[in-house]
Amino acid sequence: MTVRGIRMWNGDYGFVLSNLVQKDFKVRYRNMSLGVLWSVLNPLVTMGALAFVFTEIFPSYAHPHMAVFLLCGLVPFNFFAMAWNTGTGSLMENYSIMKRVTVPRELFPIATVLGNCVHLLIQIGILFAFTLGSGLGVNRHWLWLPYVWFMEILFVCGLAMATSAINVYIRDTRYVVESVNTVMFYFVPIFYSHDNIPPQFREIVHYNPVAALILALRNILWTGIEPGWPLIWKLTACSLLMFVAGFLIFRRLKAGFFDHM
Amino acid sequence: MAAIEFQNVSKCFSRSGGRKLLRVFLKERLQQRHKEVFCALSDVSFCVEQGESMAIIGANGAGKSTLLSLVAGLARPNQGRVEVNGKVAALLELGTGFHPDLTGSENVFLNASILGLSRKRARDCFDSIVDFSGIGDFIHQPIRTYSSGMVMRLAFAVAIHVEPDILIIDEVLAVGDAAFQEKCFDRICELKRAGKTLLFVSHVPEMVKHLCDHSLWLEHGRVKAAGPPGEVLEAYAGHAPRA
Repeated sequence: MTVRGIRMWNGDYGFVLSNLVQKDFKVRYRNMSLGVLWSVLNPLVTMGALAFVFTEIFPSYAHPHMAVFLLCGLVPFNFFAMAWNTGTGSLMENYSIMKRVTVPRELFPIATVLGNCVHLLIQIGILFAFTLGSGLGVNRHWLWLPYVWFMEILFVCGLAMATSAINVYIRDTRYVVESVNTVMFYFVPIFYSHDNIPPQFREIVHYNPVAALILALRNILWTGIEPGWPLIWKLTACSLLMFVAGFLIFRRLKAGFFDHM
Repeated sequence: MAAIEFQNVSKCFSRSGGRKLLRVFLKERLQQRHKEVFCALSDVSFCVEQGESMAIIGANGAGKSTLLSLVAGLARPNQGRVEVNGKVAALLELGTGFHPDLTGSENVFLNASILGLSRKRARDCFDSIVDFSGIGDFIHQPIRTYSSGMVMRLAFAVAIHVEPDILIIDEVLAVGDAAFQEKCFDRICELKRAGKTLLFVSHVPEMVKHLCDHSLWLEHGRVKAAGPPGEVLEAYAGHAPRA
């Protein structure tokens, strides 16, 4: 079989991305009376519940500035779980477009992840508000923040590309992702700190970019120290690796998308 | 250089449609059973020169849509050679990606970007799109408040502003009222005069005769007849149970 000729889709990548991101955002909030407020309420409710459990029921887990401590874990985790889950379903969600137009398929998982970044920005705003409100000031290590967040976004994009492509072939993938997310909540340091992890497991936890980001955030915002080179190095390596792997998996699988939809 | 050339093209699908759950996937892998396939197109060859137009006719399930999706570059053939030269715009379904909760204008930009218009061109064309659709002030309302005819008119108006070398049309002209259909038809004639290559599926004999240089009759995925529209249409009409 051969396919030849010049008929590439030659539209505007940025224009499609911005339209898809806007669509995600508008569609999600237009029909809600509380609108964007949900993005604010959601982490606050979880944070409140965890704060109650780990100060009143298990007081040994309590930390000073508990709200900031918990939000440093919840905000990255919530973003990761939401972006990965919706990213995995993104190709099937846009299946009618994929059946009719040759728009580059990679744009769908990436647009969905970027759409979640809008909520992330709101949640980062809450995190900052609590940090400053608790009297933990701004320090020069805050300059690391854009970098570490960017790495997590890159990581989720790679993961979402891989699982969204697999999801076209095997429809259970979405449920696998949901289960992994549920389990992941306990395996990243959200309600416990780095020191609670037994020493023999600490190294392994660092190789999970979500955990690495949480630890980096705690160092920067909560303790007020630099994130540390070993952590930055591992976060960068794992995120880049996942992005490249996700891209390659996607590229290999996308030829069969049409036949499998 | 031909605009579209097919040489002995076959396209098959697995009967299950490819959709499967983990259970089925593992079973197939373990048992190594041969997958049941269904050939939507077998051994199809034809050629459309630049600036020519060709109609595809045939009963439902004859493989017309599969053929169009091969030309559009959506699917890949299992056998044979497909060559397409030029920018393709495929009107396989109008309103691709339209979302009911977005307003008309938001949908216009979303749809335009997906079809490959640049940001600048979409802005420049916006007024002309709204004008062509005849939607008027409704353009700022969510399209779930539109009638189905209005949605199709808006969708067609966007699609017609893509500037392709090859235009693929899949029975989409059956939208809107008589006046709107005439407007669409005029626009397609205009594109043809401008030297665009047209490939379309239609069941309206007058349109086929008026617009096309060639026609291709598909039956069960095979070419039943090909040639000037008059002859092929006559044979098709004579063959069909009820013409």
